[in-house]
Amino acid sequence: MNEIVGKPIDRVDGRLKVTGKATYSAEYFPKNMVYGVLVLSTIAKGRIKNIDSRQAERVPGFVGIMSYKNSMSLHFPQGADPGAGKFAEKDLLPMQNNRIYYDGQAVAVVMAETFEQAEHAASLVKIDYEIEKPTVGLEGNLSSKYKPAAGMGGAQIQAMRGDADAALHSSEVKFEQTYTTPVYHHNAMEPHATIAEWTGDNLMVYDATQSVTGVRSLLSAMLGAPSDKINVVALFIGGGFGSKGFTWPNTILTAMAAKQINRPVKLVLSRQQMFTTAGRRSQTIQKISFGATSAGKLTSTKHETISESSFVDEYVETAGLATNMLYSCPNVEVSHSLVRLNRVTPCPTRAPGEAPGTFALEVAMDELAYQLKMDPVQLRLVNYADTDEGKSKQFSSKNLKECYRRGAEAIGWAQRNPQVGSMREGDYLVGYGMATATYPANRSPSSAKAILYADGHAEIMCATQDIGTGTYTIMTQAAADIFGLPVEKVQVKLGNSAYPKGANSGGSQVTASVGPAIRAAAVGVLEKLKKMAISDNASPLHGHKEENIFASDGRIHLKDNADKGETYTQLLNRQGLQKVEALAKTNVSNRQQTESNPAAKGTAEASAEEESKTNPAVQEDEHVDRKPYSFHSFGAQFVRVLVDPLLNRVKVDRAVSVMDIGKVMNLKLATNQIMGGMIFGIGMALLEETAYDPNNGRVVTRDLAQYLVPVNADMPQLEVQFIDIPDPIISPIGARGIGEIGITGITAAINNAIYHATGKRVRDLPVTLDKLI
Amino acid sequence: MDKNPHPPIEDDSSSSSSGTSRRGFLTQVAVAGAGLTLTPLLTGAKEILPGAPPGPAQTSTVTLTVNGQKHTLNMDERTSLLDALRENLAMPGTKKGCDHGQCGACTVLVNGRRINSCLTFAVMHQGDEITTIEGLAKGDELHPMQAAFLKHDAFQCGYCTPGQICSAVGLINEGHARTDADIHELMSGNICRCGAYQNIVAAIKEVKNV
Repeated sequence: MNEIVGKPIDRVDGRLKVTGKATYSAEYFPKNMVYGVLVLSTIAKGRIKNIDSRQAERVPGFVGIMSYKNSMSLHFPQGADPGAGKFAEKDLLPMQNNRIYYDGQAVAVVMAETFEQAEHAASLVKIDYEIEKPTVGLEGNLSSKYKPAAGMGGAQIQAMRGDADAALHSSEVKFEQTYTTPVYHHNAMEPHATIAEWTGDNLMVYDATQSVTGVRSLLSAMLGAPSDKINVVALFIGGGFGSKGFTWPNTILTAMAAKQINRPVKLVLSRQQMFTTAGRRSQTIQKISFGATSAGKLTSTKHETISESSFVDEYVETAGLATNMLYSCPNVEVSHSLVRLNRVTPCPTRAPGEAPGTFALEVAMDELAYQLKMDPVQLRLVNYADTDEGKSKQFSSKNLKECYRRGAEAIGWAQRNPQVGSMREGDYLVGYGMATATYPANRSPSSAKAILYADGHAEIMCATQDIGTGTYTIMTQAAADIFGLPVEKVQVKLGNSAYPKGANSGGSQVTASVGPAIRAAAVGVLEKLKKMAISDNASPLHGHKEENIFASDGRIHLKDNADKGETYTQLLNRQGLQKVEALAKTNVSNRQQTESNPAAKGTAEASAEEESKTNPAVQEDEHVDRKPYSFHSFGAQFVRVLVDPLLNRVKVDRAVSVMDIGKVMNLKLATNQIMGGMIFGIGMALLEETAYDPNNGRVVTRDLAQYLVPVNADMPQLEVQFIDIPDPIISPIGARGIGEIGITGITAAINNAIYHATGKRVRDLPVTLDKLI
Repeated sequence: MDKNPHPPIEDDSSSSSSGTSRRGFLTQVAVAGAGLTLTPLLTGAKEILPGAPPGPAQTSTVTLTVNGQKHTLNMDERTSLLDALRENLAMPGTKKGCDHGQCGACTVLVNGRRINSCLTFAVMHQGDEITTIEGLAKGDELHPMQAAFLKHDAFQCGYCTPGQICSAVGLINEGHARTDADIHELMSGNICRCGAYQNIVAAIKEVKNV
């Protein structure tokens, strides 16, 4: 039955994207719409003394200005569950008072008839500040560091097993180094954009978001508006990488502004504004200590991370979490501390925690390998973790040894001369490096609706999003398999908060969360069809047993006699039905929580919960006991770099990823995802860095000419392989997430290859050429 | 809220806060005469004086030929070609990624040459043949570059894609790209943050070699 899942079909939304017909959030034109432009603070700390908008108001087409002086009052949202919507800065609701906590904080919205007029008017708003001395720079403020109680969603972030200090003290081989990573910005190509339109009490919002239902609940909570009167739509999202996972002031402000002037408002952040009002990755300082035997067996591991957050929310870059489970070691200590700075609050950025964390851990492992005169791959095999020792659980599925083997073979690791600085190609130094990639496999509750129409086509609805990852496509494949329909006959509808609630597009969880719900909803429809046929005298399947009836080629028929059956169309037409629909909710990871807190009566989710009680796919899924398992994806990444010894210019020449991410839903799309992660990693390793003015705390590198992201010419030859063994535990789909893991490991692998080529170890990212002199 | 673009020509119904309708305002500008339109710099200079009102924006009537269709627009002279396409003509296929010519998302073809439409004013393009992503396909038949992008999965989120495709068509028109390295280099003005570069190059090679 599993026929289309796994096939490398073209993206189902690809035609819309190549013809310019995919509609992103800024691309709607409600009647009478005005353009809003944000005015941002130009100081990092202080108070607004005065806002002089007299000049702005004289600009032809000026419609209005909104600031803390005249904006509506907001309510603090309750709870911090990212699935229920997370406002990025819990202590700084936008434009509620005159306090400034960071450079580039939203302080006013100027509205005008055209974009040009709004921009001009916004440039004329004169703001006087009472400037206070900001807390600037992580390195100079380490004395104020503290240990936060928990990470995002209450995650445990301090961990200890055994006695790492004592074991380190008595170990044969000791290693200790400090690694630093700068602030990074997501820089999705589509700027954050919102259009808000009120019609009476109803609010329609088009928003570039990774969570349409999250935005709806936040708008409802913050504006005090009933959730069922708010509709949030994001049909296409131009990349997110975490920046559109939390909700930033621009979304809320657009809805507030539209209310204030009683006209639809479109507000799009400029690229410059995205550097201060739409999140970022936190800067980190990470100290890693190893104790080992002379044979390379780890006896002690310590990973101490200091990252920074704002004064208005606490976000921890959990760089050490992977260290707690990646290698076998009896004595491990992982800690995370925070320093508060006058900067915008950080947020998840592609592989939050693991991306900077595996950089430090995997460079440290490489250093230890050289110290031990051991092959870096061998060191990892010696310390291979068969179980998750941090959680004392078995892995649901782990095939990492095979990743190492295949990756080494693909890059030609055996031909590498381990001697540092020994390999050349023409004028270039050649270096080989490798690292382990890992990211947790997440799954959260999701619901979906499936509808089968009498004309033989099916529709799936789920309020999750496709942020470019391919969700439209692989969910079409999953549903097509259950219905036994070609992909052309299945339409998957996402990105609308009116649909049943799906997972937010973050944490590599959509496939594992939404896939089972969509599958179960489709199974629910089939169950109804079977029952109808069995009790229908005129059906060839009349009186047969449900378990003997299968679906394929748009028909239901007997399992062992495909000729005995009928098409969906025949059955529905005879029954006089236009369509049959089913709701399903799969709920595995939070079963307990949701049982004690069921969905509100009358909501689609409540109906989905009710229907799911008799849905065989949901019941089978819920029956699996997942408590004894730890869920992680793994991979091995190998790179070959060329370094120009005269200019110290580094070119990544080849990069290989071998990934163990469970079932590969679509090889073409999965390969693209991993390649994208690898390229993100090249940026992280060699190019990207957000610089702050050390005096006034303002962002210096606030455009794409100063914040360098990889371009086509930076690209190596990329090779991606998958183990493609379905994870038998995580879900009936067997797929773990894939969005994040590509960027973990690769940064360290590049760094390790540069060391192999040059003998220079750079522990401060990015590895720019000045650091290689 | 359907896709109902605001009309390209000035609209009587939308009035500015001063109570002047847009058409009325434009008429005033026209009556004010050439003196005003010839001294934009002087007018601009006055704007920065404290207390002085900002000068009226200059407007012009321009006929843009986009994908073979003529559109006559009366618009703010400060309107970039990109904003004229996206906002005034409601053709949002061309994307705004940075508005500073640093990302290439807004690439369109002007008389067959690829340019960043955010770096040029719409009023400078009277008489030019402008081709956007919406104008590449012939009805249902995709342009070979569009078909190749689809086949090679040369995108993920799709936001840079219209610019990449227009840029790739321009690249082939230029005829400079002989090697893979040339393609990498000559496509480096178009950023793909999702990182589909390898597939983009594969798509371009396929079309180039046909």
